[in-house]
Amino acid sequence: MSRQKQTPMRQQNPQIRIHNFDEVPLGYSEEEAMIEAERCLQCPTAPCVQGCPVSVDIPRFIEHIKNRRFSEAIATIKETNSLPAVCGRVCPQESQCQGVCTLGIRFEPVAIGKLERFCADWEAQHGGATHQVLPTKEQHVAVIGAGPSGLTAAGDLRKKGYQVTMFELFHVAGGVLMYGIPEFRLPKEIVQREISALKAMGVKIELNKVVGQLYTVDDLMSQGYDAVFIGTGAGLPRFLGIPGENLNGVYTANEFLTRTNLMRAFLFPEYDTPIKVGKRVITVGGGNVAMDSARTALRLGAEESIIVYRRSEQELPARAEEVEHAKEEGVKFQLLTNPVRFVEKDGAIAGAECIRMELGEPDESGRRRPVPIEGSEFVIDADTVVIAIGNGPHPLVPRTTPGLDLTRRGNIVADPDTGQTSREGVFAGGDIVTGAATVIQAMGAGKRAAVAIDHYLQEKRAGKE
Amino acid sequence: MYKILSKRTLGPQIREYIVEAPEIARVAKSGQFIVLRLHERGERVPLTIVDADTRTGGVTIVVQEVGKSTREMGDHFAAGDDILDFVGPLGVPSEIENYGTVICVGGGLGIAPLYPITRDLKKAGNTVIGIIGARNKDLLFYIDQMDSVCDELIVMTDDGSNGNKGFVSNPLHDIIASDREVNRVWAIGPGIMMKVACNVTREFSVPTVVSLNSIMIDGTGMCGGCRVEVGGEAKFACVDGPEFDGHKVNFDLLMSRQRFYHEEESCALERYLASEKKEEGALV
Repeated sequence: MSRQKQTPMRQQNPQIRIHNFDEVPLGYSEEEAMIEAERCLQCPTAPCVQGCPVSVDIPRFIEHIKNRRFSEAIATIKETNSLPAVCGRVCPQESQCQGVCTLGIRFEPVAIGKLERFCADWEAQHGGATHQVLPTKEQHVAVIGAGPSGLTAAGDLRKKGYQVTMFELFHVAGGVLMYGIPEFRLPKEIVQREISALKAMGVKIELNKVVGQLYTVDDLMSQGYDAVFIGTGAGLPRFLGIPGENLNGVYTANEFLTRTNLMRAFLFPEYDTPIKVGKRVITVGGGNVAMDSARTALRLGAEESIIVYRRSEQELPARAEEVEHAKEEGVKFQLLTNPVRFVEKDGAIAGAECIRMELGEPDESGRRRPVPIEGSEFVIDADTVVIAIGNGPHPLVPRTTPGLDLTRRGNIVADPDTGQTSREGVFAGGDIVTGAATVIQAMGAGKRAAVAIDHYLQEKRAGKE
Repeated sequence: MYKILSKRTLGPQIREYIVEAPEIARVAKSGQFIVLRLHERGERVPLTIVDADTRTGGVTIVVQEVGKSTREMGDHFAAGDDILDFVGPLGVPSEIENYGTVICVGGGLGIAPLYPITRDLKKAGNTVIGIIGARNKDLLFYIDQMDSVCDELIVMTDDGSNGNKGFVSNPLHDIIASDREVNRVWAIGPGIMMKVACNVTREFSVPTVVSLNSIMIDGTGMCGGCRVEVGGEAKFACVDGPEFDGHKVNFDLLMSRQRFYHEEESCALERYLASEKKEEGALV
């Protein structure tokens, strides 16, 4: 057996999968997982654990897989990670655990993400250990937003015995896992499975409750909640600010993906929400959301799906696997290109006038700044455009919480180690604090905030006694 | 689940529902809206709040049955039935204060959201002139309600079947052009009606508020589908509005964006009507 290469995971053929919304990678069999687990060196320094934002004991769970102790393997992961089926699928492992894997210095790193997914899927099939919950305490925590950071904070606080109520503005819990990430990358059934586990632990989830409109953070405090965690994410779409952006046929990625994922527009008219996709679709941006949009467009019937990104391939912020999958499916990449205006025909989008870019000196992000090449404008014809250049903080809670310090960009100022905000008893984490980042980073923030909220509530209780 | 407390027909394919949503009823203000979803396969439909009763917990909405979802609601959702999702209150409330003399103009279904604003403006001490209109007398509703909160009410129909023949913009122009002082106008209705009303008031520099019903999904600032151009800037009807300075709104863009799913909407409606017919046949 070779230690050099990862055990490949079977996946749907690209020619077939561009016509369906089923998951692309099909998972490891028990044997495949054990073969891959064998590759782990069990090195004493375990840099992978440091590379993980929630510090999963990676060598230990892999050792369990190697010895066919799958139930112990998933229990090990769940000690620190409450959403393993999600993380195994959407974490950017190459820049986290796998990026620092000792084996990776000479060969391909251990496929830690794929093994994590295997454990979670194995548990779903075989039934596994439920989370242990301490006896219920009197204190009650409100968690605003049922996305990755909120779900993690809620789960960890409930395990410590606190009563937890989550407030979610949509009609289902899951946040970006439900409305943003497509079915073919993260089946919604899996997200709901993880949420059911939280509910089984006693976490209450109030759907259709828009905090900032229905009640404010202060209302929640006066209703008797002892602490509040804000995890309302980066929901506000950014625009390019160029002419023609409001034309029919120009979607924000949020709208394009929410229609498809949350509202199931790919099943229209069986489901009532429509979506309109032309023959040629341009997606502007280079992150995971852009890859998701470009690949979704193909599945909705586009003949051509083109990513337009202003930097080069090296700077694409998307996960390597997503870029690879997009290429396999025939998504075209128009790199070092930036739209300058959208072209109109009969009130609708007809194309994007773009300018070619070259890379100049590094900017504040450390990446080389893209600079337009004068006179290089050209038009790409398109019937649909998706703008996927990022999101700002969801404004409703910050706007309605007096005394909450915000950054210039409108993000909540919170201690990175505790999530403590400028308001006593109010904590925050995830994209609402950091700006758009990853699921696992948001989960890490939820986890740290849960520890800090526990300390805060213990002190508060001690003060009362 | 949100129970329908009552259902009442106001005209052909126009119905008023009172839905039990006590938390919303407690805080809702005029000018705000809700988003509802009938069932698991349903779309999210934004509707303006017409009234909210803190005592019964009822939130009143008026629905015109123009598409598949609204038809389905009219056909299959009765008092006692549950609506799956009902979210709100969304949007920024109307700026109610004593302006002096205010004209409240409502066209078609726009009369429904206009009513609570008119009522609150009257309560705030304004002299209120109401102008409501519809294509014909059958499509007019809330005449008595409006009459009870207006100092003066003018009723218009396109065909003259009730009140005066003509458009709501006709008396609006006449009043403003007369020597009566008018301090502010509210105009709510179809895009074209609001556009014409704003053209009238712009000429006389009377500040005019309009309420925009763009297509939207979440209603909380996330999808950006509801974006409108106000004073050359993109604004979200859901969180920046739904009310805006009518003199700055690009109504042509609004109307064009409202028509974007026209084909899909017709397809869904036809498909629904065909399946209803089949079911009816099976019952016979």
